[in-house]
Amino acid sequence: MSMPYYVPAEQWMKDKADYARKGIARGRAMVGLTFADGVLLVAENHSRTLHKVSEIYDRIAFAGVGKYNEFDQLRIAGIRSADIRGYSFSREDVDARSLANGYAQMLGHVFTHDAKPMEVEILVAEIGASNDPDDDRLFHILYDGTVMDEENFSVLGGDADAIGTRMKEKYVASSTRADALKIAMGALSGPDRTLALKELEVAELHRGNGRRAFRRIEGDELAALLA
Amino acid sequence: MTLPIFSSGDDPGASFQELLRRSGLDSNAISHGANSNERGLIEHVHATTIVSLRYSDGVVMAGDRRATAGVTIANRAMQKVFPADRYSGVSISGSAGAASEMVKLFQLELEHYEKVEGSPLSLEGKANRLSGMVRSNLPMVIQMGMVVIPIFAGYDLRRRVGRIFDFDITGGRYEEKNHTANGSGGRYANSVIKLRWREGLDRAAAIDIAIEALFEAADQDAATGGPDSIRGIYPQVATIASDGYAESDEHEVAQRFALLVDRLRQAGGLPGAVNDGGRILTQEVAPS
Repeated sequence: MSMPYYVPAEQWMKDKADYARKGIARGRAMVGLTFADGVLLVAENHSRTLHKVSEIYDRIAFAGVGKYNEFDQLRIAGIRSADIRGYSFSREDVDARSLANGYAQMLGHVFTHDAKPMEVEILVAEIGASNDPDDDRLFHILYDGTVMDEENFSVLGGDADAIGTRMKEKYVASSTRADALKIAMGALSGPDRTLALKELEVAELHRGNGRRAFRRIEGDELAALLA
Repeated sequence: MTLPIFSSGDDPGASFQELLRRSGLDSNAISHGANSNERGLIEHVHATTIVSLRYSDGVVMAGDRRATAGVTIANRAMQKVFPADRYSGVSISGSAGAASEMVKLFQLELEHYEKVEGSPLSLEGKANRLSGMVRSNLPMVIQMGMVVIPIFAGYDLRRRVGRIFDFDITGGRYEEKNHTANGSGGRYANSVIKLRWREGLDRAAAIDIAIEALFEAADQDAATGGPDSIRGIYPQVATIASDGYAESDEHEVAQRFALLVDRLRQAGGLPGAVNDGGRILTQEVAPS
């Protein structure tokens, strides 16, 4: 008969957290920031088809970093939850806060109960229904279910501390879309390298886009913004 | 709030209807409590004439605004033409409650698919999806006579043309080459369009034909509402072209109706004496 090892809960949680953090740190980072007309989401992503940033609902967007299959599962769960809620009640009753809570509960549950924590960090961004920039929301949710309601900008993924420091230096409230994009790109790339257009995935929640505020900015439009 | 998570064997995929079913929120579970009349049938609100025709840049969809329950006018400003998504529209005839629910579900179905999959369905895929929804309404038709017959039309971004689909109660889906009309006044509307339609119509001419068709349907069918200049309620007209779904503003529709009424008045109320350019066609022919 083999003797079960005793592992202190503290050690066990720390091991899981280290495991998740390592997985996330391997991935490329992304930045979400508010600008004059909404929220801009900028991710370093070398794939054109496996998106890190996507639409959840009329005024809500999702971004994930880390393991693709895991955050994609969360993305689809979020779309389902939001669509069911909007269908059962009203479109106005779908909000980022309750969605962020749902994500936090799920990630927290997986972290404590499952053998392997999810190696993801996600961002739930929302522009307020009142069109008041003060109502824009950035909910940053960690692998263990920790939720942070961040202001102005949010940095996810590997090297987040350094990128966050650069964002803090460069961030300007109510900037134009082009300026916001340049700020985010500069923070993502750092002083020692430059990011090519095809390594970027950019999308926005824009107050002028009608009911569905989410829109991808790609190709010529993206190039024109950076010109 | 708990997130809807499914095991891989039970996953509803990109379908919103299937998601509702798995979540126990299926709308096909019939709620009881509607009032029955003496014949034992439920008297429900009915909606009526809808038309769609192709023109050079896309398609026009139009519908009257009246809903009736038996011989009573239940609603004078009902919406029967809806955007299904950016490049397609759906209009409804039949039982109003069931039809509105079908439209709501269909719109969600398309948007849900687009969001989950990251790209929209093809126009034909959308029509097939609607066909399945009409078919799943068949038990309601048999049990309570709640018929819903939609028209689906849109701009096909791959083929770069406007396309029109109509349906029967069993979900049969038929692509129409040029035009279609449906609902209790549909046959009258259809005759008008059939006589007026030609290849290469521009937007204005196509809208005028739709308006005339609805006018004649309202003239003949009690369950179809005509233009209501007293309350300022006019039939709905929408166009779908390469720039997407756009509803014509009420002012434009009102003006076009006013012109039609003027032409009819000049022609002594004889629609056959009016052509779509507003010129009177019949000429005095001296008896020989």
